[in-house]
Amino acid sequence: MAGSDSLLDLTAHALAEEIEAGEVSAREAAEVANTRIGEVEDEVNAFVTTTPGLALERAEAVDARNGDRDLWEGVPLVVKDVLSTRGVRTTCGSRILENFEPLYDASALRNFGDDLIVVGKANCDEFAMGSSTENSAYGPTRNPWDLGRVPGGSSGGSAAAVAAGEGWWALGTDTGGSVRQPAALCGIVGLKPTYGRVSRHGLIAFASSLDVVGPMTRDVRDGAFLLQAIAGHDPRDSTSANVEVPDYLANLEGGVEGLRIGVVPELMGEGIDQGVREVAERVARGLEDAGAELGEASLPHSGYGLPAYYIIAPAEVSSNLARFDGVRYGLRVSADGVHEMYRKTREEGFGAEAKRRIMLGAYALSSGYYDAYYAQAQKVRTRIIEDFRAAFARYDVLLSPTAPTVAFRIGEKVDDPLAMYANDICAVPANLAGIPAISVPGGLSEGLPVGVQLMSDHFTEPVLLRAARAAEQVADFRYQMKP
Amino acid sequence: MISEEQVRHVANLARLGLTDDEVEKMGGQLDAILDSIERIRELDLTDVPPTANPLDLSNVLRPDGPRPELSQEEALFQAPERVDDLFGVPRID
Repeated sequence: MAGSDSLLDLTAHALAEEIEAGEVSAREAAEVANTRIGEVEDEVNAFVTTTPGLALERAEAVDARNGDRDLWEGVPLVVKDVLSTRGVRTTCGSRILENFEPLYDASALRNFGDDLIVVGKANCDEFAMGSSTENSAYGPTRNPWDLGRVPGGSSGGSAAAVAAGEGWWALGTDTGGSVRQPAALCGIVGLKPTYGRVSRHGLIAFASSLDVVGPMTRDVRDGAFLLQAIAGHDPRDSTSANVEVPDYLANLEGGVEGLRIGVVPELMGEGIDQGVREVAERVARGLEDAGAELGEASLPHSGYGLPAYYIIAPAEVSSNLARFDGVRYGLRVSADGVHEMYRKTREEGFGAEAKRRIMLGAYALSSGYYDAYYAQAQKVRTRIIEDFRAAFARYDVLLSPTAPTVAFRIGEKVDDPLAMYANDICAVPANLAGIPAISVPGGLSEGLPVGVQLMSDHFTEPVLLRAARAAEQVADFRYQMKP
Repeated sequence: MISEEQVRHVANLARLGLTDDEVEKMGGQLDAILDSIERIRELDLTDVPPTANPLDLSNVLRPDGPRPELSQEEALFQAPERVDDLFGVPRID
């Protein structure tokens, strides 16, 4: 039997099996997480809200249902604060939702049932817009590997919590790399499933044609395990896919013998730090040694991905964030007339980046500019999908770095939107095409973690996860709890 | 170049209040961002169809029948201002 001290050394999957075997209770696990949060949270600030009492109460309820529960239910979960949680305030990292309390859980959480053991709501960039978690009204999250650096973003709180052992696993959301990039910068695994694989119902919308909920975990097995828990069709999300959910753990250890892996040259060159590129190359060679057929897979339009993304995402933001108007919930700033009330409420409620994106989107959609920007970006999106289609005719899996650099210093890029946006260069093509992609820790550069990204075709998560499992085994990196 | 007047016009479309400082800073930042995305206009995409949804879904329908949803109390419980069973707002101008 594992003592409570060593519970923190387990993966989520191993902990789930210990709980199932009766070696340890869900309540003990929740206590361990609460204690660890108490020890490191002052330094890390991974959470907007912690819920220690609720976690214990629900863990007891899970323990009481012994024999009548899914394997994953006993493992406490960290939930990004853009996912609605019944009775637990959900702020989206924004002042405008400071006291917002959802009436229901997001559908992605439904397989955890009413007794979802949530230890806290993870900090994030406001409405998931950012790559550093500095755009939060609740202060920046710090990277557990180096507290002077950012954890990445927007799911930086989720990534930092897992890296710091403030939970065994977490949910993030990925619109343009927001699961994968923070996972890369914090030395954990981040999986962006196929668009529509996980319901968006109860996920407070950023860019609806791109948003997807994804696992952030200590290893690939945990990623597959958490995906199993959250995937599935949901009639409440009309864009969720009515496609059967396979067993993601079944062929996980199948290896890469004969698998065709294409390295993407456009994502290995200019703008990518040397140390990052070297780690990606080492992992690619390791996969080749393990039996994969390695080649080069060009994505000729990938350089247009970032500009297309920074039109489409803000355009959808300007529409989605229109609902925050001070009428039905959230902040209201009083004024004489209704229009002045809208303007004042949104002026005070939104931070700088949210305002920038709303403005950019409203401009790109405004009369006279729509065809030049939004319509053109939607066509670029088609080209990017065609690039992937051609690549997947020759390769099963594509490989690139996840992010162009290791974690940067807090404050370094916060006033330079273009430098910040460049973080997403390797990540956004997968969002525009809706394909699954995963970041696996590949090694260190400058003493900090580097993520390697693998991508595969729509709904082929089983092969993606199998390749990722092999990648983490050839990588010069094992999960270690920090600080 | 985006003028201060354009910034104020777009902010008004978005019902977004901005301070004078924000208006000034926003113009320069939007310019820089728009400059960097101009590149997509160099592509000739005349006959390329646009993509709105990566799975190419269209018109997903559900049966159009009544079903239980939020109660009136639930819908109103976080209203910043409530007037009887309604959301209260300032004068509509």
